[in-house]
Amino acid sequence: MTKISSSSVCGVALSSLELAAFGDENKISIWSVGDFGNVGTSGEYQGEPQLLCDIRHHGDVMDMQFFDQERIVVASSTGSVTIFRHHQNNQTLSINQRWERAHYHVDPDIPFCGGASCTGVICNNPEIVTVGEDGRINLFRADHKEAVRTIENADSSTLHAVTFLRTTEILTVNSIGQLKIWDFRQQRNEPSQIFSLTGDRIPLHCVDRHPNQQHIVATGGQDGMLSIWDVRQGSMPVSLLNAHEAEMWEVHFHPSNPDHLFTCSEDGSLWHWDTSTDVSEKPSFFHQGGRSITVLSHTANQSVISAWLNNNPTKDRMEITNLVPNQTLSVNSLDVLGPCLVCGTDSEAIYVNRHLFS
Amino acid sequence: MGEAFWRLQTPFKMKTQQQGITGCSMLLPSPARPLRASGDPPRAGGAGQQEAQKSGGVSHLPALPSRLAPPSYFRAPLPGESREWPQLRLIPGVDSNRKQMCFDWGPGEMLVCETLFPKGREEKGLGCPNIFIVRKDQDVYSQTLRKLFNESHGIFVGLQKSEEELAGKSKKAQLVLVSKNYRSVIRACMEEMHQLAISTRDPELQCQHSTQVCILSAMELIWNLCEIIFVEIAPAGHLLLYLLDWVRLHVCDVDSMVREVLNSENPSKHKDFWNAVDIFVLQGRMDEARHLLSKEASANPTSMGMCRILDDLMKKMPVLSIGSTQTLTEMELKWQHWHEECQQYLQDGTFASNPHMESICKILLGDENAILEKRELMTTWYHFLVTRLLYSHPTVKPVELRFYAQSSLDLFLEGESSPEPLDSILMAAFEFEIHQVIKECSIALSNWWFVAHLTDLLDHCKLLQSHNLYFGSNMREFLLLEYASGLFSHRCLWQLGVDYFDYCPEYGKVYLELHIERIPLNTEQKALKVLRICEQRQMHEQVRSICKIMAMKAVRNNRLGSALSWSIRAKDAAFATLISDRFLKDYCERGSFSDLDLIDNLGPSMLLSDRLTFLGKYREFHRLYGEKRFSEAAKLLLMLMTARIAPCSFWMTLLIDALPLLEQKEVIFSAEQTYELMRCLEDLTAGKTDNQKFQGDDIETTKVDILRLALARNLARAIVKEGTLEGS
Repeated sequence: MTKISSSSVCGVALSSLELAAFGDENKISIWSVGDFGNVGTSGEYQGEPQLLCDIRHHGDVMDMQFFDQERIVVASSTGSVTIFRHHQNNQTLSINQRWERAHYHVDPDIPFCGGASCTGVICNNPEIVTVGEDGRINLFRADHKEAVRTIENADSSTLHAVTFLRTTEILTVNSIGQLKIWDFRQQRNEPSQIFSLTGDRIPLHCVDRHPNQQHIVATGGQDGMLSIWDVRQGSMPVSLLNAHEAEMWEVHFHPSNPDHLFTCSEDGSLWHWDTSTDVSEKPSFFHQGGRSITVLSHTANQSVISAWLNNNPTKDRMEITNLVPNQTLSVNSLDVLGPCLVCGTDSEAIYVNRHLFS
Repeated sequence: MGEAFWRLQTPFKMKTQQQGITGCSMLLPSPARPLRASGDPPRAGGAGQQEAQKSGGVSHLPALPSRLAPPSYFRAPLPGESREWPQLRLIPGVDSNRKQMCFDWGPGEMLVCETLFPKGREEKGLGCPNIFIVRKDQDVYSQTLRKLFNESHGIFVGLQKSEEELAGKSKKAQLVLVSKNYRSVIRACMEEMHQLAISTRDPELQCQHSTQVCILSAMELIWNLCEIIFVEIAPAGHLLLYLLDWVRLHVCDVDSMVREVLNSENPSKHKDFWNAVDIFVLQGRMDEARHLLSKEASANPTSMGMCRILDDLMKKMPVLSIGSTQTLTEMELKWQHWHEECQQYLQDGTFASNPHMESICKILLGDENAILEKRELMTTWYHFLVTRLLYSHPTVKPVELRFYAQSSLDLFLEGESSPEPLDSILMAAFEFEIHQVIKECSIALSNWWFVAHLTDLLDHCKLLQSHNLYFGSNMREFLLLEYASGLFSHRCLWQLGVDYFDYCPEYGKVYLELHIERIPLNTEQKALKVLRICEQRQMHEQVRSICKIMAMKAVRNNRLGSALSWSIRAKDAAFATLISDRFLKDYCERGSFSDLDLIDNLGPSMLLSDRLTFLGKYREFHRLYGEKRFSEAAKLLLMLMTARIAPCSFWMTLLIDALPLLEQKEVIFSAEQTYELMRCLEDLTAGKTDNQKFQGDDIETTKVDILRLALARNLARAIVKEGTLEGS
């Protein structure tokens, strides 16, 4: 793992060659982490990640994602959403588009009071969806000056994260432990489906969808629990996995190798969940001090294709590795692409792993 | 907040508040406390003020700039330090001659502004509309030093955690390793700063960076010496080897000179050739010296014989190596023998024809004057000390160091210049005065990083136990607290400070409690992080206060759902009641509920407050009604009143809600239930005096009349129905 020093990193995003990072020093930086295609079989890659360019950003950056090869969408704590363009020919960053008051609070006394933090952003070219502390959902198009669709008061609590389920449907998670599906084809400003954990109302912080089997969704919550949902049926998660000791900030399926899942947490760990191993050959084990994984509820009884819906505690366990041991401060964000994984931490460093599966 | 920064040479960093004072939401200082600003210096401070002005522009860079200490009125005095007024510093932009100043302390900074009160007889008028934020610890804000803070945090935590496991020898090895890790972080930081200094074009920035490089290099030098003397505790013989390494590591101008000499066409003719040889000899790098000497031998056949003899002497010089089993006596015997041989050659005048070689031979003999002649090449007194020990006292014992150190300093400086802070620090280390080292470092360095970490390490070496302060708990904790407090004033580094407070057994928790309440909570994510820290440490008071702040913010932003979530998290019943009332009020005004997704999913948290329970149950009534489960709805409605869950002010609304149920085709309320409803209505109306009844608006009386009518009709229907059913 390579380590880059930076200011506190609250989020990272990967494009095929580049890594964008931001910290709470309010700067967005583009780093080159090298050409994945040229990584030798022995696995070594010469050279450190290179800082290509950076730009100041107004407000703390809450989330970011690559929109395409050269544009990044950034969510700010001031409530604005900005698209930055990375000019590869002269290595500069510039503002391509900005929606100034995408998220804001309505104060009964002051007509235009402060913005509300935009907590999550997801892109599906050409569409961008953002959610915020104001419980609003915005749908933008990169070439439109105004929001294409806004759902006011979509949620009475804070929306923490958003992801696309299908092209017209999105998933959101909120601070009272609900997972909601919204369908943009419907004109009603109400979710088409609400899923929730049991009565504990533990806030959910992150959500990701299985890249191939779109009905499988993973969420992570404040208690560090990983939940796997099957959105085709039931309103309860298929399985609950005791994972981290504190807030799970981000969860990601590997985009091309979805048997692998990655989660990071406030407790300073970054876990690699691997369900691809044939358990009959390998003994199941857990790398962290013998803590075993407990599967709390288990309702998968149909013939399942995916390993994620079929984690029977007695038959097969998944293999879990902590990728950043000895880290004491929070791992705030992670992204994964091909053999490359990056994560940003509160100890002001970005970790880059370029050989995930070697 | 204004964005203007003045970067100063002083440890202050200032930020100007550009808006008017009235627009500032920070706590305003009370004008009752005039600031002792530079305009009216304390009586003894006249000279100090001049000094402070001078120090504003540091042009040349001593090895360790002596004016980097934070003024000690920002610090509690260290043990043995007397409380006196230090030099004064002017805050740029503040004219304290015109107006009286006022100030207020913050955790890491101070606010200063002008008051309305003029000084003397000057006319009133608008003063400077700025608030100055004077920061105590500038280094915390340095970009490059952040790496130092972050990396050393990991080492620090590792050291605290590993403490119990090891004992004896492995313990010492581990402590040395930790010390080396700290040093390598300093080095890495220094290199980065050096790169910055080279690459920047701005001369002012460059100067700043170079100053930092100097400070970091001095820090590493001191740390390394402390490592040898206090952590490694090298025995006689080995001690010198460590000291030699120390000097070689820190006097590095040599290498460039040697490279230049070796790269020249004819090395032995290079003007620095003999200087290079001398340096190698002075640092005890015999192999390299001999290599250079062989160039001279091959280039100059006449001196070949002399070279061979000198080479032989250098080769034969007895050296103790760290792994060897040689005893000290054996070593001393060999040394004596070798010494006599050198003496012999010198007396024979073997090197008389070549002054360079003769002086080298004298150095080998430990001739102080010969060594002192090379003062320029050694540059520092501690280099002189080590060279002198190498050639006259190779088996020096740790306890003897102090004598040689003091005399070396005196000899080297020849009374021409007075020792600088760095010299006194090193001297204190040679004298084994740990507390003196820490004290001097605290004064000379502009941040607490160095002393805090060094003291912690030495404390783990069990070297500081005998010492107790007359304030606080002990030195280690005192310094760690100061350092961590500095971190807490930074908007990104505060998280590091938490772990430092955790390892301060006596006051850490109190400090953490006070500091964590002052972290600005600008986003929910940050609030969650702070909350997690408090919850892990059972700081219930702080958890409550953070949740309350967030709940208040949400209420102000009209986000009732969010506010309720926060108060549920804090288990704050009073606030939950308040918010429930807002929900009910909104319902009464609008006739529909907002934030249904939340209220429908309250679950067990509904029991937090009575009002919240009522809200949840009342919403449940509406849902049952909506689902046409009338009898269940009716039962619930009645229960809300009879069990006194509903507040009295809401009873009328509930009774009105019963109206459609009473008017349904089929009988929903049984006779008994209807009686109860009637009693509720009577209870409600009986409470009011006749006066109120008649003065109250007509709508209220109409409502009561309609209700009575509906109840009577329902009762009749119910009696009939129940009678029929029983009869059949």
